[in-house]
Amino acid sequence: MLQGYFKSILLIVVFLIGANTLYAQIEVCETCPYSSIKKAVAEARSGDTIHIKKGTYRENKIVIDKPLYLKGYDYPVIDGLNKADIINVFADGVRISGIKLINVGSSYTEDYAAIRVSKAKNFILEDLILEKIFFGIYLEKASDGIVRNNKILGDAVSEHNSGNGIQLWYSKRIIIKENLIQKVRDGIYLEFADHCIIEDNISKDNLRYGLHFMFSNDDSYADNIFENNGAGVAVMFSKRIKMKSNHFRYNWGTASYGLLLKEINDAEIVENIFEENTTGINIEGSNRVNYLKNTFKNNGWAVKVRGACYENKFLENNFLYNSFDVSYNSKLNNNLFLNNYWSSYTGYDLDKDGFGDVPYRPVKLFSYIVNRTPETIILMRSLFVDIIDFSEKVSPVFTPDNLVDKAPLMRKK
Amino acid sequence: MLKILKYSFFDLIRSRWSYVYLLFYLLLSFVLLFLNQDLSKAVITLMNVIIILVPLIGTIFGVMYYYNSKEFTELLLAQPVKRSSIFLGQYLGVALSLVMSLVLGLGIPFVLYGLFQSGAIWNFSLLLITGAMLTFIFTALAFNIALYNENKIKGFSYAILLWLFLAVIYDGLFLMSLIMFETYPLDKFTLIATTFNPIDLSRILILLKLDIAALLGYTGAVFQKFFGTNLGLFAALSTLMIWVVLPVLNIARKAKKKDF
Repeated sequence: MLQGYFKSILLIVVFLIGANTLYAQIEVCETCPYSSIKKAVAEARSGDTIHIKKGTYRENKIVIDKPLYLKGYDYPVIDGLNKADIINVFADGVRISGIKLINVGSSYTEDYAAIRVSKAKNFILEDLILEKIFFGIYLEKASDGIVRNNKILGDAVSEHNSGNGIQLWYSKRIIIKENLIQKVRDGIYLEFADHCIIEDNISKDNLRYGLHFMFSNDDSYADNIFENNGAGVAVMFSKRIKMKSNHFRYNWGTASYGLLLKEINDAEIVENIFEENTTGINIEGSNRVNYLKNTFKNNGWAVKVRGACYENKFLENNFLYNSFDVSYNSKLNNNLFLNNYWSSYTGYDLDKDGFGDVPYRPVKLFSYIVNRTPETIILMRSLFVDIIDFSEKVSPVFTPDNLVDKAPLMRKK
Repeated sequence: MLKILKYSFFDLIRSRWSYVYLLFYLLLSFVLLFLNQDLSKAVITLMNVIIILVPLIGTIFGVMYYYNSKEFTELLLAQPVKRSSIFLGQYLGVALSLVMSLVLGLGIPFVLYGLFQSGAIWNFSLLLITGAMLTFIFTALAFNIALYNENKIKGFSYAILLWLFLAVIYDGLFLMSLIMFETYPLDKFTLIATTFNPIDLSRILILLKLDIAALLGYTGAVFQKFFGTNLGLFAALSTLMIWVVLPVLNIARKAKKKDF
């Protein structure tokens, strides 16, 4: 009893001291002096903290043009009334946390977003819940920010009238961590965004890509899960991207890939897991990419090389029970396959050095036939197909004869 | 008919070959499960074995049994018994004893390795259904061949040829025609052509379990519908049923008219 009394006095004292310091604490709730966030933001001074209590606030176009901290308690709801952006950040050093934002207006001419950060630095957006959105978090010409632990749940039905979960445009050095993004067009979209780090996110059930790079260089993404997206993850026209320990799974469909690489140079793809995708990695016009220690399991095609790919290295990967391990549509091959584990390898290792003594040919004749006449896929696993594959293995005629793994691993890594 | 069925059935399950067949499956599944504890993987491997082996055994057994019991059949024909019930009884006796060897041979090891506690039970029942269907189909086809050929050697060669044709050559011709007509829309043709071969139909059932990711890579509405929904499973299973019914009807028809 006495202790509780003491505590409340202490709290009041602390509050009074806080109120008298340079930075004010402003409270917003339905019965407070400030019942509108917009008004509180307009009247706050730089560096103030705005405490938003539980309730529903029907507001949009909240413009933050000075460094503020918007802190929500028990997830207050800001309902954008399907009109425009909900929060616009134009100032450096803004922090927003613990708020639920719903009903962003959709438009065919403007990209409305739940939170838009323009030309700002050092912001933190965390612990937010975004629902019924068009665009979720839109960063334009922003830099050095952190977006973490947000839940973004869209209700996208078709590509042309839906937006992206987190969109970066001309943004630098952004860290995107531990977010959950579902049912939007692109989970995370980067356009002209350099030096960004994307980690521990889950991006699933999106209409198009789980993660999408365009003209973005020197980024890295690691430990993310991309699941059941329309077309997986696309990395296009970008340089020096690092992709590590991600999980790509269940991307099924005619144009679905675990990972789609188009015009990618000097990338590192390390220790990722590709599981049950129609195509694990689809590679087009990509040069000097290193594929190390990845695991490809139960995919339709583990690796599909479309052409114009030079100087790529596939080392120490596991290819497990894929319908087709590697598919090539050209004879040209400047790429290296070495020391991979292939579950369908039938060779032996007499000198016991852990590497098979017989080279492995990952391209089967049947995959060449399916490339040419797709309907023939119905004959997969037929005895006849096994026989022609075997004869092709003995003396290659159609498949590139220099495409071999000279020392395949005997045990998977 | 039931009496003849019973007689054939017990005659067969007393025979050495039934035991060899049963032992083969027991051994195969025990070894597979011993090497690889994963039940669903073992089911998939067995599916590959079954679609080739079961038709072969079914045809050979069917033809062999018909020719071996020919004298007994002629004796029966002298009795006041309906002809169709004699032959259908014998056919069912052979087919059922083969199915029993298959079910016991695969079933016992899997149950011992904990089939009922695993998620593989659906795939396993599909495996058994496919195996049983193929046995019924190929035994019936074998009886047809034997009924049409008095000459034992000829009958055996036709039976082996039939198996070789459906297991290997058919797919070769199929593949060639697909490549030759690749400029035409082929997806309907492809699906129809598979229905003319019970081995292909069973293979598709396996593909639906195993390579669904790759199958969905093909752009074509008909394929998408066939493989993307349960339609493929039902269509394949019901066409297999037709494959059982038609040859059996022909056995009854031919048996009525044949001179002995």
